[in-house]
Amino acid sequence: MKAKFISITLLSAGIALAALNAEARTLIQNKGSDTLVNVAQAWAEQYREINPEVAVAVSGGGSGTGIAAMINGTVDIANSSRKMKKRELALARKRGRDPVEHVVGYDALAIYLHPNNPAKSLTIAQIADIYGRKSKIKKWTDLGLEVPGCKEQQIILVSRQNNSGTYAYFKKAVLGKKGKYRMGTLDMHGSKDVVELVEKTPCAIGYSGLAYATDHVKLACIAKDAESACVVPSVAAAGDGSYPIARPLYMYTNGEPKGEIKSYMDWIYGEQGQCIIVKKGYAPISDVSCK
Amino acid sequence: MSHNHAIDRRNLDWYIDKAVQVLVFIGGISAVVFIVGIFLFITKEGIGFLINTLDLQEFFGSPYWEPSDEDAPEYGILALMAGTASVTGLAMLIAIPFSLGSAIYVAEFATGKTREWLKILIELLAAIPSVVWGFIGLTIMNPLIIELFDVPVGLTVLNAGIILGLMAAPIMTSIAEDALKAVPDRYREAAEALGATRWQIIFKTVLPAAKNGLLGAVLLGVGRGFGETMAVLMATGHAVNIPGSVFDSVRALTATIAAELGETAVGSDHYQVLFTIGLFLFLITFLINLTADLIVRGIRNS
Repeated sequence: MKAKFISITLLSAGIALAALNAEARTLIQNKGSDTLVNVAQAWAEQYREINPEVAVAVSGGGSGTGIAAMINGTVDIANSSRKMKKRELALARKRGRDPVEHVVGYDALAIYLHPNNPAKSLTIAQIADIYGRKSKIKKWTDLGLEVPGCKEQQIILVSRQNNSGTYAYFKKAVLGKKGKYRMGTLDMHGSKDVVELVEKTPCAIGYSGLAYATDHVKLACIAKDAESACVVPSVAAAGDGSYPIARPLYMYTNGEPKGEIKSYMDWIYGEQGQCIIVKKGYAPISDVSCK
Repeated sequence: MSHNHAIDRRNLDWYIDKAVQVLVFIGGISAVVFIVGIFLFITKEGIGFLINTLDLQEFFGSPYWEPSDEDAPEYGILALMAGTASVTGLAMLIAIPFSLGSAIYVAEFATGKTREWLKILIELLAAIPSVVWGFIGLTIMNPLIIELFDVPVGLTVLNAGIILGLMAAPIMTSIAEDALKAVPDRYREAAEALGATRWQIIFKTVLPAAKNGLLGAVLLGVGRGFGETMAVLMATGHAVNIPGSVFDSVRALTATIAAELGETAVGSDHYQVLFTIGLFLFLITFLINLTADLIVRGIRNS
């Protein structure tokens, strides 16, 4: 009886040790922005081939999730499609963490429309009128448009949950610093959900990163104001700054990156890392020539 | 020797008896311990905000919910309450006739195998996980509502109300059936002796006699609807909105907590306001369940 017990204990200890050995490599926790999640995943996969000793665990959930995890101390790198707020920085410092910002690429925030929508171009002011709380524009006809298949021409506003960095960026860049969203926006969990809903809904308008574009949606041509010419969102236009609502994409580390995290960040900044971000539909931070 | 043995055995039995007593006692009071513990935990996380920062008038009176705004966050839950209330209300409109009907059928009409099968099926219906219901709302009901009613979006009060009604109905049926079964047979026999038809027996004798139990069933259904999260999160469209019709998208209190809590920094205002909502929900469901319990208890005593 006793011998059996001992042998079982030894066996399970052996299994635990073996498991420990298999996990004896560095694990980098990477979490946050839904805009960046596909890129982060591609980076992590590619990096495994370069350095098999390091495993990067990537999850999405939104910029707010990543930043909250950084403040709560549960991630090594937080992805975000918006800057950390002052209040968040203060809270992080109070918890003894020191978030350091790294810009890893640029994204064009695309305005998605149903292919039926005849809009040729939209100005930032018009979009603000559509989404803003105080505005009176509730129907496509208010903008002089007639959308086939949209029964009452009522605009269906597709937005993101309030933890999303894209939500925060859109609010600041389009609605203005004091701007607020109108009530009744459909708050989607992910960027992909926004595009999928717009695809199916003739009345809808939505916003998301350019990388989520499909063949079944229309990308609105965006003009800074009524006098300017409109620009179609593209990787090039996001990179050279001609697209009016292009934004940097961030990664935050706790303090200046060290050790394996530094090697990983350096690799992301290198040609291979930057080519991956281009391939995923975002603009790189510097000119790279990719195959 | 044999004498000693007998004493030993009695002692062992005595210890087992004591041990089981203690275990059962712990099991019995654990529910109380848990409920108090949960209440204290939620209060602890939300109380600082509730006392220091929260403007109750804004909290209950404003429809604007923008807790993540950097400069001027807004913490109004009026629209969220309207969302929860509209979905729960519609769900009850759907669930009450269904569950009462099936309870009456199972308790009064069905016999033998039919009755056994129905009871098993109803319990099976109650066992479907809520995320599956949510998925049905998202993938089946959504296009169906768009098609049938020619509306732009199918994730609406109607969608969530139907889903929630179907979810609440099995529990309501079970409890309502128990209430009907609890009506003594002599009531039915007396009515029959007076020449009442079957319908008259049920409508004029059994239902009035079981009315407390039925009310309890309905209230438990309301509590279920109020507290349901996943299905509502998936089927409502998640839009902060005061609905003007059943074709409007809304957002429920529970869904807001579920969607946002994981994404807030522990201890931040946003985190705390979500716990305040949790506290509010806890109090409401507690009140509903308590009322239901008192009503059901009332019939047992009388």
